[in-house]
Amino acid sequence: MKLLVCITKTPETTAKIAFTDGDSKFDESGVQFIMNPYDEWYALVRALELKEQHGGTVTAINVGPAANDVIIRKALAIGADDAVRIDTEALSSSQVAANIAAHAKDKGYDVIFTGKESIDYNGSEVGGMVAEHLGLPYVSYASHMDHDGSKATVSRDIEGGVEVVDVAGSFVLSASKGLAEQRIPNMRGIMMAKRKPLNVEAAAVSDSKVSVVSYTLPAAKGGVKMIDPENMDELVRLLHEEAKVI
Amino acid sequence: MSVLVLAESPKGKFKKAAYEAVHYGHKAAQSLGGECVALVIGACDDPGALGTYGASKVIHVADYAGGIDALVYASIIGQVAGQVGAKAVVVNHSSTGKSIAGRVGVKMDAGVVSQVNSVPVAEDGGITVTKPVFSGKAFAKCKIAGDKCVLSLMGNALPIEEVGSPCAVEAGSVDIPANSVTVKETKTVDGEVPLPEAELVVSAGRGMKGPENWGIIDELAKTIGATTACSRPVADTGWRPHHEHVGQTGVAIRPNLYIAAGISGAIQHLAGVNSSKCIVVINKDPEAPFFKAADYGVCADLFDVVPRLTEAFKKMKDA
Repeated sequence: MKLLVCITKTPETTAKIAFTDGDSKFDESGVQFIMNPYDEWYALVRALELKEQHGGTVTAINVGPAANDVIIRKALAIGADDAVRIDTEALSSSQVAANIAAHAKDKGYDVIFTGKESIDYNGSEVGGMVAEHLGLPYVSYASHMDHDGSKATVSRDIEGGVEVVDVAGSFVLSASKGLAEQRIPNMRGIMMAKRKPLNVEAAAVSDSKVSVVSYTLPAAKGGVKMIDPENMDELVRLLHEEAKVI
Repeated sequence: MSVLVLAESPKGKFKKAAYEAVHYGHKAAQSLGGECVALVIGACDDPGALGTYGASKVIHVADYAGGIDALVYASIIGQVAGQVGAKAVVVNHSSTGKSIAGRVGVKMDAGVVSQVNSVPVAEDGGITVTKPVFSGKAFAKCKIAGDKCVLSLMGNALPIEEVGSPCAVEAGSVDIPANSVTVKETKTVDGEVPLPEAELVVSAGRGMKGPENWGIIDELAKTIGATTACSRPVADTGWRPHHEHVGQTGVAIRPNLYIAAGISGAIQHLAGVNSSKCIVVINKDPEAPFFKAADYGVCADLFDVVPRLTEAFKKMKDA
């Protein structure tokens, strides 16, 4: 099978969220960047499992500058065979998706994986956009997939449950929690990753339809009001009369 | 110019999300100019009801029964958007809407902003709208270049108002492409509001000591009609099902009331719940970081406090 895994770079989950340049830019100082967890833990690992089952290749693709090579090397260390970096700043999901689609077109990938969303912009947009560019089915929020090499049965997370769908031929899939178990790269993988091909390609699309004008932080909480554990009637009264939520 | 809104009708019935999307579309139409047209795909008992929330008409593509298929939905939305001259398309930020928004954006060559929580405004030669980013730890004002946009609306973002009366329903005339996926089965929990839509949520964590102790949480949730949730360690150890896990890598929720018992409040958990309007934290550890994010705190053993709180709610309901 020919498998493509779209990976992106995000601040790690405990990073301090702050902004600079008049609140128009994310403040990267002191922030550790990681591979987006949904891409790494679920999308990439499920792709590797399919390769182990059916044979084939797993290619990781990222749209971004050379600084992203560190997370791309991690994907190679975990087990991807090769990688592609589209050499441009990632400006918006539309620009990222258009570049991934331009690369994937005519390459005959059986499954194109994305994480269900990035943990920074939480857009959940790239998978559907890539699918539309390529005219492929899109199966989102997959928490389980069986694939026999030519067709797949996928469980998708939906509100309050799951939906089971069949899909045949090439398709785009977004990965939720549960699709696979996280793998930690071992020393051999890390050493081998240095010799695996990381091909840099020029961007096909630079047009970005959406940009961020400014960021704001949520209003600070007014401080917690501690309630006497013996007096739950008081808590209920406050929820009813003061917070007016019940 | 018009704003086209996809109103989801699972099992033939609208839920609150459909009215939210239509009412948001109505406000977007007021802001950008034009009218709000609602689109219903598949079976629906009462499509005209959307007029009450601001749709000026409803287009109903009734003869489709192929389930949620992003390719088919995007094709239908693209065709109807062309017919009604829609430059803005609104969907819910739901499993369905999120699957479709990107596809429709590419089809219409429009800018896509997901999880919006404000009404779009035309300014500076584009359209601006806000959305939460970094899992709710901040908000971004986004600018869409040009005059075409696809927006997915965050749940519980804006209040719904009744602004009109039931409206005319037109049968949609579209070419429906062959299904790209086959929906075999839909398994949902009946009788409980799904977490992303829930207004009241009762959640518990490792402080529960074991899955056999969950009766007091279920009892509290049942008393106020809340949906139950849990922290990540609890889902990972199999004490509770994965779909109950709220947090950065689980479900993000924004209920009116979130009651958390025995959850310390790791930053990843807060990311999934910090959009809740009111947070009550019950924890016996006074140093639990969750208290800093709470509106009300009770520092005591949850096995004493939770049953007492349930009794207090029962007393209020009986009063």
